[in-house]
Amino acid sequence: MGQFLQQLINGIQIGSIYALIALGYTMVYGIVRLINFAHADIFMVGAYMGFFLAPVMAKVFGGAFIPTIIAAMLITGLLGFVMEKLAYRPLRYKSRLSALITALGVSLFLENFCSLPFVFGPQFRKFPDLIVTKQITIPGNLGLSISNILLLDVGVSVILMVLLFWFVNKTLIGKQMRAVAFDKPTASLMGINIDVVISMAFIVGPALAGAGGILYGTTYGMLASPFLGIWPGIKAFIAAVLGGIGNIPGAVLGAYIMGISEAFATSVNSNLGYGIAFAILIGILLIRPSGLLGKFVPEKV
Amino acid sequence: MRRLLAIILVCALIAGVGVGCKKAEVKPTEQVVNLGGIFPMTGSYAAFGTYSQNAMTMAVEEFNTAGGATIDGVKTTINYINEDDAASPEVGASAAQKLINQDKVIGIIGTVTSGVSLAIAPIATAAGVPEIATTSTNEKVTLVSDYIFRVCFIDPFQGPVIANYAYNTVKAKTAAVIYDNANDGTLLLAQCFKTGFEKDGGKIVAYEAFTNENTTVDFNAQLTKIKAAKPEFLYVSCFYGAAALILKQARAMGLNVPAGGSDGDDSPDLAKIGGAAAEGFVFSTNFSSGDPSPKGHNFVTAYTAKYGEAPGGPAALAYDATGLILDAFKTAGSIKGSDIRDAIKNTTFTGISGAYKFDANRNPIKAAVIVQIKNGQQTYLMKINP
Repeated sequence: MGQFLQQLINGIQIGSIYALIALGYTMVYGIVRLINFAHADIFMVGAYMGFFLAPVMAKVFGGAFIPTIIAAMLITGLLGFVMEKLAYRPLRYKSRLSALITALGVSLFLENFCSLPFVFGPQFRKFPDLIVTKQITIPGNLGLSISNILLLDVGVSVILMVLLFWFVNKTLIGKQMRAVAFDKPTASLMGINIDVVISMAFIVGPALAGAGGILYGTTYGMLASPFLGIWPGIKAFIAAVLGGIGNIPGAVLGAYIMGISEAFATSVNSNLGYGIAFAILIGILLIRPSGLLGKFVPEKV
Repeated sequence: MRRLLAIILVCALIAGVGVGCKKAEVKPTEQVVNLGGIFPMTGSYAAFGTYSQNAMTMAVEEFNTAGGATIDGVKTTINYINEDDAASPEVGASAAQKLINQDKVIGIIGTVTSGVSLAIAPIATAAGVPEIATTSTNEKVTLVSDYIFRVCFIDPFQGPVIANYAYNTVKAKTAAVIYDNANDGTLLLAQCFKTGFEKDGGKIVAYEAFTNENTTVDFNAQLTKIKAAKPEFLYVSCFYGAAALILKQARAMGLNVPAGGSDGDDSPDLAKIGGAAAEGFVFSTNFSSGDPSPKGHNFVTAYTAKYGEAPGGPAALAYDATGLILDAFKTAGSIKGSDIRDAIKNTTFTGISGAYKFDANRNPIKAAVIVQIKNGQQTYLMKINP
């Protein structure tokens, strides 16, 4: 029983990192119907921003965590804005496939460009200790323990999910986003500036990934290389599809399902842990092609 | 007029051909041949690649300064060409093709990971170019053909070294293993530790895998299972980055048993990333910068002076591999691959990590060093002879 609960905690830990990446995937997809493969690499850039900025922030502000996460979000938001302007906007009215391939190109560019020795470099980096890790032992004889970082990860991912949900559903720009997502030409006729709305989506999504990067660094304490975003990115993408891509609570739900099932699969047989994500994806897509919380939209002919 | 011009041009052409032929017959007094190095310069093993490249540069410079070799009466020096394999078998294979077909190298040094060496070996074999692997400890590497050698010890020797240490010195009766199942080297090493430990009389209580350490950072699920099995020793079969994270996460959840690893952990980054969690960690390796032998000491001093940091184990092996192939090249007095291969087979070269003598499967017969991390520094613990 103790081991079961501890694996559940481990799963939640992994899941909350996936959740932060999945939110950005789902939001951009919801508005521009583009799977932004470079999203995982923006997550990576966010993590590296933490590595480079944390010492500076600690000097300027005294404390590092909150200023670093804000700075990283601003920088990744800016990166998302520039990326959309340079890579995706020229292709907006071309076929969806061109944009998808461009997204792959942007992803490869970011990974390899950042690997250059004078950019981030390919070597392992020790992520600065923004928060001192503390293990909190849960009373009882099960021998369970939770780290303060885990609580932070879960807290931040849930708060960001709620904020994003509010942003999309209650604010004016959020309403415009939904209108654009629903019908681009009509939204444009109603006086909505599509360029602004799409830019906004490409600022908010990447900013979330930036926050995810900082939490990833804080949680694990190491940045392996600029390719570090690939696997979390794939898992998060699966999580977003699982929850119903375009649906904000769905992304978080999917991420936790992914994390927890990964931890349990690993505890049953550690060789299975990695593959289980894909098995779940196939299973869910067979039963519910639009994801757990996704709406089933029949194709109009 | 035009006719005259034509005759003059034809004469000039014939004369030119004559001169050209004559020139070709004249022997040059000096020549330069290429020697290839393939190492992971990018990706998770980049630190090993950098060490190796630096050390190989040093060895080639020393060889050229000492006068090079004499091939058919011509003074021959070496030009070193380095290629990146990114720790990927596909990239390594194309790097080997490039070195062999384009640069016509006399031999290849490399590489670090067994998986990539296994991809390079058939290409080098087909072209008849000798290859000396540096830190590829999987025994299958040199079994590809008799053109493939290595300068490190092999896993069936390395695994039991730490197994014996755990059983006899730490007095552990039970052990747990965590390993990367995406690398031929780490996969085999885990099995060799297990076999060795069981042979001593110990019991393996948990045997857990993870996949692709390049991107895996969360080992809590495996460690929770290991902790529940209550081992007295933890064996980590993977490279230093993942090993540091495993130690950190194990210590965080209260799994405080002694831990050990392999030559893949031989990097200052292990202690840097692992911090307090890496204290007391032991690993087996080919060479320690704390090795008391004078030759080793000189190398460490020269390397540190040139590159500003102490060399890790892979540097010593790349240095030895380069020294060995150049020594064989000099002895063979030929740029033919088969001649160099034969000279390597019969080598009596003494490198900084010991004297080299190859067994029938082209593995060196030499000692292992056990290193322990104390106060964040690698400390020489003991030497284990085969």
